[in-house]
Amino acid sequence: MTTLTADLVDYADAVRRYDPVLGIEVHVELGTRTKMFDGAEASFGADPNTQTTPVSLGLPGALPVVNGKAVEYAIRIGLALNCEIAETCRFARKNYFYPDVPKNFQTSQYDEPIAHDGWVDVELEDGTVFRVEIERAHMEEDAGKNTHVGGATGRIHGAEYSLVDYNRAGIPLVEIVTRPIEGAGERAPEVARAYVQTLRDIFRALEVSEARMERGNVRADVNVSLRPSPDAPLGTRTETKNVNSFRSVERAVRYEISRQAAVLDAGAAVVQETRHFHEDTGSTSSGRVKSDAEDYRYFPEPDLVPVAPSREWVEEIRAALPELPAARRRRLQGEWGYADAEMRDVVNAGALDLIEATVAAGASPAAARKWWMGELARHAKQAEISLEEVAITPAQIAQLQSLVDAGRINDKLARQVLEGVLAGEGDPEQVVVARGLEVVSDDGALLAAVDEALAAQPDVVEKVRGGNLGPVGAIIGAVMKATKGQADAKRVRELVLERIQG
Amino acid sequence: MTDVTRLSAAELADALAAGEVSSVEATQAHLDRIAAVDGDVHAFLHVSADDALATARDVDARRAAGEQLHALAGVPVAVKDVVVTKGMPTTAGSKILEGWVPPYDATLVERLRAAGLPILGKTNMDEFAMGSSTEHSAFGNTKNPWDLDRIPGGSGGGSAAAVAAFEAPLAIGTDTGGSIRQPGAVTGTVGVKPTYGGVSRYGLIAMASSLDQAGPVTRTVLDAALLHEVIGGHDPHDSTSIPEPLPALVEAARQGAGQDLSGVRVGVVRELTGEGYQPGVQARFDESLELLRGMGAEIVEVSCPSFEYALAAYYLIMPSEASSNLAKFDGMRFGLRVEPAEGPVTAERVMAATRGAGFGDEVKRRIILGTYALSAGYYDAYYGSAQKVRTLIQRDFAASFAQADVLVSPTAPTTAFRFGEKLDDPLAMYLNDVATIPANLAGVPGISVPNGLSDDKLPVGFQILAPAKADDRLYRVGAALEAALEKQWGGPLLAQAPELG
Repeated sequence: MTTLTADLVDYADAVRRYDPVLGIEVHVELGTRTKMFDGAEASFGADPNTQTTPVSLGLPGALPVVNGKAVEYAIRIGLALNCEIAETCRFARKNYFYPDVPKNFQTSQYDEPIAHDGWVDVELEDGTVFRVEIERAHMEEDAGKNTHVGGATGRIHGAEYSLVDYNRAGIPLVEIVTRPIEGAGERAPEVARAYVQTLRDIFRALEVSEARMERGNVRADVNVSLRPSPDAPLGTRTETKNVNSFRSVERAVRYEISRQAAVLDAGAAVVQETRHFHEDTGSTSSGRVKSDAEDYRYFPEPDLVPVAPSREWVEEIRAALPELPAARRRRLQGEWGYADAEMRDVVNAGALDLIEATVAAGASPAAARKWWMGELARHAKQAEISLEEVAITPAQIAQLQSLVDAGRINDKLARQVLEGVLAGEGDPEQVVVARGLEVVSDDGALLAAVDEALAAQPDVVEKVRGGNLGPVGAIIGAVMKATKGQADAKRVRELVLERIQG
Repeated sequence: MTDVTRLSAAELADALAAGEVSSVEATQAHLDRIAAVDGDVHAFLHVSADDALATARDVDARRAAGEQLHALAGVPVAVKDVVVTKGMPTTAGSKILEGWVPPYDATLVERLRAAGLPILGKTNMDEFAMGSSTEHSAFGNTKNPWDLDRIPGGSGGGSAAAVAAFEAPLAIGTDTGGSIRQPGAVTGTVGVKPTYGGVSRYGLIAMASSLDQAGPVTRTVLDAALLHEVIGGHDPHDSTSIPEPLPALVEAARQGAGQDLSGVRVGVVRELTGEGYQPGVQARFDESLELLRGMGAEIVEVSCPSFEYALAAYYLIMPSEASSNLAKFDGMRFGLRVEPAEGPVTAERVMAATRGAGFGDEVKRRIILGTYALSAGYYDAYYGSAQKVRTLIQRDFAASFAQADVLVSPTAPTTAFRFGEKLDDPLAMYLNDVATIPANLAGVPGISVPNGLSDDKLPVGFQILAPAKADDRLYRVGAALEAALEKQWGGPLLAQAPELG
C-alpha cells in the first residue's frame, strides 16, 4: 500500500547524478455545446445527472454519433501543435469496468489518432526555448464524476457509498501525448510546468476550451523516469495522475526525481505504477501497479464509421487558425519595442493581455508597462492577488495616463488617483474631481505661495542670487508643500527663478 | 367477415381502408387470438393491450376524420423484445433486464408509431439474441406452431411463431447470424434481413454491432416489403445507417408477383447445398429452382470458397463485440442488481454478483469467448484473423454478384428440431446458421421464403441474397417464387399448419 516514507535525495544532488526523462499526457475538455457522441448539453455546473441522454447514460440500445465540432477542435489543436492530421482514423473501445464509465468501455482512439507527429516550442522563464515533441493527439470521451461519501479522505477507501454524476460522461476530450522529453536535466520540473502552461495558452488562443485548471478542464498525467546518464536506456517510469495546477506539475516532477533517486540509490528498482499527487505535502503516493495484466481489450468501435477529414477542410481550418501565443508575443514585443528581459517579465507576470488592452485604449506601451509592472504589481503583491484581479481596468489606466500626459496631474497625484480608483471611487476623471487633485496651473495662486516661501528663506534667496542654483530646491519644496503637491513643479521652478533673478 | 387474423397485412390494410373493419376490431381480434393460443405457443413476453388499443382508436378516429394515413395504419405488429419500447418492458430475454422499462423508443418503434401500427407486445427470444431455438430465453421456450414439441427457431422464435400462429400479421425481428431468416424457415413464415445500415439500429439492444440488423417477419413477401418501407431509411442517430433512400421494395414485390423473371440470373452457391442438408430440404430447394427457371430466370452455379470459414469467423467477431456490448449490464444504473451474499458490498463485487446471477449460460459462454479473443496477445490471431476472413467473404460475394443478380440456398440445413436435441451441443446448434451467417459478415440483404414441407411435414425455407442496397431484388424474386408455389399449393403454406387450441 501507500508508503509515505520521506526517503528523498536532495534535488540538486539527484539531478547531478541522474538524468530525468519526462512524458506528459495532457487532457483538455473541449468547449463544445454538446457532448462527444450525443446531443446532451456539455456545460459546467448543472445539477447532477441532468445533462444526459440514453447515449451518455449508456442505456441499452443507445448508439454514439460523432460531434463534428469536436473533430474540428481536435484538428485545430493538432495543427497548432504542428501535427500531421490523419486522412482517416477510427475510434476504438477501451474496455474496463468502473461505475463512472456508463458503458463499461470508454470510446477513445487507439492506434489511429486524429493527429500525430508534431512539436511545440516551450519558453522557460529565462527565455530559453525548449522543443517538446508530440507523439499524438487523440479524441475521446470523459468519464462521469464519482463522489465518495462517508470516508475521511474523500477517496473511495473507507467511504460508505459513492455517487456518480454522469453530466461529465461523454464530454469531448483531446489527449495530447508527448514523446519522451529528454535533455531537460535539472530544469525538468520547470519544462514540465512550462509545457502544460504553453498548451493551456494555446487551447485558449484556439478557443477550443475555457482551459480552466481549477475546473479540471485541463488535467496532466506526468511520467517521470531516471537513468544514470543521457546515453543510458530509459529507466522505469511512474505516472502521476491528474495533476491539476501548473505549480503542482512542477512539484510532482521534482518530488518524483528526488524519490526515484532515493530508490535507485538504495539499489532497489522503481516500480512501474500510477501515483497520486498530494497538494498539501507536495508529495506523491503509490496508486495501482501497472502491469501487463491490465488489458483494455481495445478493438475498433463498430458503432462508428471512420472519421476522414477532407484535406480541403483541414486546410480551411488551418487558414482560420488564430495567432498563437508565441507568435503573438513576438509581434507585440516588436510593436512595443520592449527589451527581451522586459518582455519576459511582462509575460511571467501575466500582464500581457492587460498591457495589450491598455495600449489599445490609448496608452503608450512604455506607460502601460510602467503602470502594470510597477504600481499595480506592487499593489497585487501586497493584496496577494493576481494582476487580473486588481480592481482597475486597462481603460482606466489609459485614462489615468492621458491625464498625466495632458499635464492635468503629475506623477505623484497620479498615484493618489490610482488609490481612489482602486478604492472604488470611480474613473480617474471622477477621482480627480472628487478629491480635488488637479494640478494648480494658475500662476496667481502659485505666485502667492512662491512669495511666501521666498520671504521665509531669505538666506536661500541670497545664495541663488549669488549664482548658486543648488539650494533652489528648498524653495520649490516649500511651495509644493504649501500647495499640497498639486502644483506643477516645473512651473514652480520657473516662477521661483523669475522672482529671484527677475 | 372472415376471421381478420387470417388476413395478410396487405389484405387487412385494404379492409381497414375500405371501412370493412376498424383497427380496434382488428387489434382486439389479435389480442383475443393471443389470449386463446399463446398459453401454448408462448410467443409473447409482454402483451401491451392498452397501448395497442389506444393506437387503434386513434387511427380509427383519424381515418374517420378523413386524414390521409399510412398504408399500414391500424395493422397491428409485434416487436421482438430486443428492441427498446418507451413505457413497455424490454428484457432481451434476460433476467438481467427483468422489470426494466426503457425511457425511450428505438427509431424503428418511433416509425411504427408514426405510421399508426398498434404494438401488440414484445416477443420471446433467446437471451440477448444468442441462440437458434429460443431455448436460451430466461423466460421459457417458444413453441413451433407446426409442432409444439419443436423449436420455432431463434433467436427470433417469438416473432416468427406469433406470425405463424396468427397472433400478429406483422412482427419485427433482428438478425445477427440468421435470427430472422432461420425462424422464418422453420415456421413457414417470411423473414428479411435488410442490407446492413438499411434499418436503424438505434434502440436495438446490441449483440454484435457490426452484424445486427432489424427486419420484417411476415406471412407474405409483399407484407415484408410494406413493413420494411415503414422501418427502413436513414437515421441520424445511427452512424452506420445508409444515407441513401431505400430502393422501391413494395413495387419490386408487386412486380415479382407477376411471375416473370426473364433476364434475372440466379446463382446457386455451391458451398451452401448438398452435404449436410436434410434430403427434404434439398429436394424442396431443387424444385424451387425449377420454378424460378420456369419463370424465365437463368440458373447459374457460383462458388464462394471462403464461406467454409464463415462460421468460425462469426464465432470470433460476434462474441468479441458482444463481450463489450454486454459490459453495461452491471447492476449500477438499470435492471437487475444483486449484492454479494457475504463480504463487502463494493461496486466491483455487485457487478460480479449481478452478472453471475443475471446472465444465462450461453451469454456467459459468448462473453468469455469474446473476452478471450480480444485479449492482448490473442487479438491478432483471433479477432484480427476473423476480420480478414470477413474481407475474403465480402470478395466472394462481390465475385458471385458479378455472375448473378441474386444468390440462393436453403435457409437452414434442417427443419425444426425437438427441444433439447441440440441444447448440450453448442456446435451443432451453431451449425444451424451456416447458410445465413455469410450475409451478416458481408452486410448484404437476405430473405427466407417458405417453399414447402419436408418429408417430416415441417416447413422449409428458401434463402435469396442480393448485393448491398439492392434489397428490392429479394422482393422481386421472393414474390415470384411465392406466387408460383402458392399456385401449386392452392393457397398459402400456413393453411396446411395444424389448428391450435
